[in-house]
Amino acid sequence: MTATQTEVPTPVRRQRPSPRPRSLLYRLDLHASPYLYIAPFFVLFATFGLFPLAYTAWVSLHDWALLKDEHPFIGLANYRELLADDYFWNALGNTISILILSTVPQLLLALGLAHLLNSRLRGQTFFRLGMLLPNVTSVVAVAVIFSQLFGRDFGLINWILGQLGVGRIDWQAGTATSHIAISVMIMWRWTGYNALIYLAAMQSVPRDLYESATIDGASSLRQLTQITIPMIRPTIIFTVLISTIYGLQIFAEPQLFGGGGPSGITGGTDRQFQTLALYLYEHGFRGGFEFGYASAVAWVMFVVIVIAAAVNFLLIRRIRSSS
Amino acid sequence: MNLHSAGAGRPHVPPRRPRLVRGLAAILALTVGGAGLAACGSGSEPGDETIKLTINLFGDFGYQPLYEKYKELHPNVEIEERVAEYAAHHTNLAQHLATGSGAADIEAVEVGYIAQFVAQPEKFYNLLDYGAGSLESEYLPWKWQQGLSKDGKSLIGLGTDVGGMAMCYRTDKFAEAGLPTARDEVSALWPTWDDYIEVGKQYVAKVSDSKFFDSSGNMFRAIVGQAPVGVYDTNDNIVVGTNPDIKRAWDTTVRAIEAGLSAKIAAWTPEWNTGFAQGSFATIVCPAWMTAYIEAQAPDAAGKWDIAQVPGGAGNMGGSHLVLPKQGKHPEVAADLVKFLLSPENQIAVFKEKGNFPSLPKLYEDPAILDFSKPFFNNAPMGKIFAEAAVALKPQYEGPRAGDVMNTIGQGLGRIEQGQQSPADAWQQVLSDVQKLT
Repeated sequence: MTATQTEVPTPVRRQRPSPRPRSLLYRLDLHASPYLYIAPFFVLFATFGLFPLAYTAWVSLHDWALLKDEHPFIGLANYRELLADDYFWNALGNTISILILSTVPQLLLALGLAHLLNSRLRGQTFFRLGMLLPNVTSVVAVAVIFSQLFGRDFGLINWILGQLGVGRIDWQAGTATSHIAISVMIMWRWTGYNALIYLAAMQSVPRDLYESATIDGASSLRQLTQITIPMIRPTIIFTVLISTIYGLQIFAEPQLFGGGGPSGITGGTDRQFQTLALYLYEHGFRGGFEFGYASAVAWVMFVVIVIAAAVNFLLIRRIRSSS
Repeated sequence: MNLHSAGAGRPHVPPRRPRLVRGLAAILALTVGGAGLAACGSGSEPGDETIKLTINLFGDFGYQPLYEKYKELHPNVEIEERVAEYAAHHTNLAQHLATGSGAADIEAVEVGYIAQFVAQPEKFYNLLDYGAGSLESEYLPWKWQQGLSKDGKSLIGLGTDVGGMAMCYRTDKFAEAGLPTARDEVSALWPTWDDYIEVGKQYVAKVSDSKFFDSSGNMFRAIVGQAPVGVYDTNDNIVVGTNPDIKRAWDTTVRAIEAGLSAKIAAWTPEWNTGFAQGSFATIVCPAWMTAYIEAQAPDAAGKWDIAQVPGGAGNMGGSHLVLPKQGKHPEVAADLVKFLLSPENQIAVFKEKGNFPSLPKLYEDPAILDFSKPFFNNAPMGKIFAEAAVALKPQYEGPRAGDVMNTIGQGLGRIEQGQQSPADAWQQVLSDVQKLT
């Protein structure tokens, strides 16, 4: 069969070969090859995604320090210690505060920007490309530049505030001020990205809806709230979920904002801007290499992200599809 | 399935089996490619021709010109230097030792971390096996001791430099405040840290656009460096809560903060670097190795900086060792390079270039050191000042995580500076945070 299969010429006119008994290989090809095609992704995912996830759970049940040779099983002790640590709750609070401060204005701003870009403009491509530019910039570059802008003594923002007579702000020292500074960095990077996603969704909204709304005398804002937002609801859900997942894992911005050294890892001298990811890093990679404990943090972070995503999903779903 | 139906509708139906073959081939190619990459990592044993050495440092040690010299003597040796940030460098080294791969042939270790590494002598080559034993008589005894394992049988690290302290100050700022500017008169102003605080009060009363010193953490570190016992006892117990010298250093530093002397700029941040250039602070405790750093940050302030005695007597701050992790494949060559880099003439060369002060006492009387000065520091006799500081200093045992303990205390002082906590609360939190480090 093998020989005939390859040697039979396939002339154009004989497009439909008469049904023949199909070989095992042929059937295997038919049914198995699609799985083989997608296999690389799933093999890689299992190796680099699923296995580490499961292994992290296993490690989190041990007193597992990198520098020690013995890793005794201790059950849920790491989790108990974690939940009793004030610094963990502090980090969780900071993370949620930064998440809200950055995501809410960011998505509203993105929606407004997309709505503006969706109307007829000169140089559309220029504006659309320009919006993606901050997202292309390396996060380290963004964090370094913004940390300088928010500098206490020589920062541009404090200089402007000084000129206005408001007085200087030690952005890093305060809880609220540091959260604002970090949120601004996140917004800078992701607003344009989300606006482009909204814009793509908006373009699939039928034009005649807007035309009839215009004839009925609806304002632009009303068209946004009554037509656009309900029509692009699935996209809004998507961006909210993605932003939540990203926002709960914020690491580089606060770390570099704190100067990169020890003060960056603890998120300021008073841990005023230490996020969960920094808390994890502090335990996993500074000094003691407490991998067991850090793994427990990672799993708690995972659960927090799932809960936050679910809550956001339920909230956003309340946007009605039809007005 | 989609692929299949799309193909069937087209006039040229490609032969079927090759698709499977191609699929398999693609997967094979991936696997083989992966294996190929892995193979590249392991590398083969190099022959006699070229030996490649890697050396990991946490700053510019001034070794670049020395590599060139070494290569002239040994044309078959290639040297690659990699530099990482201070904390990250030591974290990486600990990680690489634990995981058994990734360490360089030669690694630098700062005194704040040396105890942690000499505690694992099995992870390093014993330099005594490579002929370093004859150098013992040349070294400062305590510096030699720091690189020795607990049982005294293995020499893990060979000392590069010592950090005898002095006080760098801005003459122009002192003149502005109506204080004396000549270095002997300035030294006479502050025999003790309390005198230093008094001078600081006079300074901030007169000068409004700058503070007296950079950050309280640095001042605290200096005062602790002058005590006989620091944050650890010799049995590796953290004694922050029980050592009266630590509490005394803390209280003195708190007084300086409360007098408004601190510019509140944490060390090693971009703001700190700008502060040197802008003259945000008039004085800074400067171990020898810091002088080149100041010079690099404030090139426009040349001639305005000068060097006086540090208050409170001599003490050590910083200094490093070079170690050879067992992961290296060429211990003989690496040990030879280390001995070359740390030879007396090269320690002198590094001091002149980078300020790192030699750990060999016989050099402290060498005219090449004694007569050395720099115009940047107003021609202060740097060699003489740091030689005196190195001779006078009382060595202190630095425990396994001295660096982390110091950072934790520094953060407590930072909380007072930034007004987030009262000194009493900050001290309580320091004690509980330090407890967690053990």
